[in-house]
Amino acid sequence: MVARALTHALVGLEARRVEVEAHLQSGIPGFAIVGLADRACQEAKHRVRSGIASASLEWPNKRITVNLAPAALRKEGSGYDLCIALAVLAASRQVPADRLWEHAAVGELALDGRVRPVGGTLALAEGARRHGLRRVLCAAESAPEAGLAGIEAFPVHHLAQAVAYLRGEETIEPAEPPELEEMLSDAPDLADVRGQERGRRALELAAAGGHNLLLVGPPGTGKTMLARRLPGILPPLTREEALEVTRIHSVAGVLEAGRPLVMNPPFRAPHHGVSAAAVVGGGTIPRPGEASLAHRGVLLLDEMPEFPRNVLEALRQPLEDGFVAVSRVGGAAIFPARFALVGTMNMCPCGGRGDPAVECRCSVQRIASYREKLSRALLDRFDLVVAMPRPRAVELAAAGGEPSAPVRERVIAARARLAALPALRSAAATELLDRAVEKLPLSGRGRARVARVARTIAALAGSASVETEHLAEALSYRSPRELPAA
Amino acid sequence: MTAFRLLKRRDAAYPAFLAAIYDPPPALWLRGLAEPELLSRPAVAIVGARACSSYGRSVARSLGRDIAAAGVVVISGMARGIDGEAHRGVLDAGGTTVAVLGCGIDRNYPAAHAELAGRIAETGLIVSEYEAGVEPAPWRFPARNRIISGLARAVVVVEARERSGALITVDFALEQGREVLAVPGEITSALSAGSNALLRLGAAPALRSDDVLEAIGIIVEKPALAEPDGDGGRVLIALRDAPATADELARATGLGAADVASLLVELELDGRVSAGEGVYRATIAR
Repeated sequence: MVARALTHALVGLEARRVEVEAHLQSGIPGFAIVGLADRACQEAKHRVRSGIASASLEWPNKRITVNLAPAALRKEGSGYDLCIALAVLAASRQVPADRLWEHAAVGELALDGRVRPVGGTLALAEGARRHGLRRVLCAAESAPEAGLAGIEAFPVHHLAQAVAYLRGEETIEPAEPPELEEMLSDAPDLADVRGQERGRRALELAAAGGHNLLLVGPPGTGKTMLARRLPGILPPLTREEALEVTRIHSVAGVLEAGRPLVMNPPFRAPHHGVSAAAVVGGGTIPRPGEASLAHRGVLLLDEMPEFPRNVLEALRQPLEDGFVAVSRVGGAAIFPARFALVGTMNMCPCGGRGDPAVECRCSVQRIASYREKLSRALLDRFDLVVAMPRPRAVELAAAGGEPSAPVRERVIAARARLAALPALRSAAATELLDRAVEKLPLSGRGRARVARVARTIAALAGSASVETEHLAEALSYRSPRELPAA
Repeated sequence: MTAFRLLKRRDAAYPAFLAAIYDPPPALWLRGLAEPELLSRPAVAIVGARACSSYGRSVARSLGRDIAAAGVVVISGMARGIDGEAHRGVLDAGGTTVAVLGCGIDRNYPAAHAELAGRIAETGLIVSEYEAGVEPAPWRFPARNRIISGLARAVVVVEARERSGALITVDFALEQGREVLAVPGEITSALSAGSNALLRLGAAPALRSDDVLEAIGIIVEKPALAEPDGDGGRVLIALRDAPATADELARATGLGAADVASLLVELELDGRVSAGEGVYRATIAR
């Protein structure tokens, strides 16, 4: 007696169709799972057996073989439990096999038969729809997420409920896809930042032009605080962008409970002890890294020179291409990784430099070796470099600055202008740029960066072309000669 | 790399000024494209601390630039800090400069100044009394300093601690009968203790490049630079009171962060303002 059920395996962000075949035959009772199942997947045997018993269903006292086809594809994780249980039940004629075949099923089983959510449900549901299925059975917690794929997602709390539904004894309402607006959450607000007008201005430019931003200054001047407020002034994600981000977060298992769709631009701030694989993605079966989790949002590298050099260099490719290609034994995957990079660093290893209250005791050599940890190639990716000296006490006593909402309005308007208008530059502005290249340490690449930033400044100012004052301001964010990128 | 040339004491091109000191080097190794006659032209030495403040950095650069603009050769030791900034200032103005090394003529010491050395050699000279391959050693640098002052008509100390190597150059300069000038620094700053002490002992204060040029008998007639008006003038006036960050300037002048940023760049391109690590300062008056 053979029965089949459908589910999907993830390779990167892509769902591959997997048929779960259960075969019962007479002989010595036993249970085997074949088809390149990993450890967690093998342990499904015990969860499935206990789950079926807890659901007051009959465990077939036969020799049971479950095959996960195609057998050449690696299967990992506990998401196959529900599907295996239902296939076994269909093979023993406890649920109708033809009705089961119309559903994809995903979820982990608890020993008492409850269904638990697993990561990557959105990508799986999208795969199911692409393969022509209309319905998916999944844990109640992940049903709204699956519903986003444009498929009927039936939330099941318990294996017994799934069985009753398949037998037609009980009806389940498919989950409503979540309202997009409800998914917006509160990001830290710029109103909390006092003083630091130059830093705020640079943040606004970074948001409007999608520029990478490097904040340099002694500790405690608000570099990190400012960086955390960048997502709050980015335009909210469109539906397509939100789905794209949600898919990545779901596969990585970092979706917030009760918030099935990521509508806010994400913010990721990995610690500097992070490995290269954790940043760009990796693992025997490729998983997205921090760079991909920050897709369409912000990646903050706090204390950038403290990061291992190989981690920083690994980021150069996604910064250039907007995606990460990971090749491993378990398959190759492409993860999108288009993010705004914000880096912070001190002016010297002790952090005292640039702070009038502290005397820096770093030797010239130590400062040079600290700064040289950032390669020219990486520093070249930062369009905006801003020194943030310690604010005076009067600044801190001042009232908070402009809140995020009006800044975000300006950013949205500037982005629209940047997309719609051709890049024009007045003759006077070009002349200033030429003069600057001659007088300042400014490379050809630096010149292009300045021109790019000037365009954003003009767009924020509502000007149709880049004028001298826009270009002059852009020049003030160039990499200073103290950094090796000069 | 061009080959190194050797200038012997009996050669006609050996600078007479240097030959007149107590212990002139028997021969000088030269690197660079300029002719050895460059060493006989009127020259000023700018010396100072390796670990210097951004004030010293800014002053050394503008002194180098303005002295070179008057057609005078600037001599220094290519060290970090004041020396390097003085050389850079000269190169900014398109002038010629001479670097005197305390190690073999083939060495770029410090290594961080290899690129600077290349630029100096394009129009000026790098000079050493040591043949190729001689390692830099602490006891060679004082001996090098007698050549720096020996080649110059006047020595300007920009920033020096109380026991700075720059003061050794001053001792040689006084022995050799050269003019000595010092740039005043804050009386509370240890970095300027040595240069301020020179002023008390009677060194001439160097408040602008003209002070230095007049000390060696050069009077330069040049049109006064028009003061910037409007907002740029307000920023400059605020900066002449004290160095400030862009945010402080915005508060002092009531201008927005964007306007201040763009005004500061224009002032910097005009050479009226210098920037370092987020702090802006007015350059010395020409």
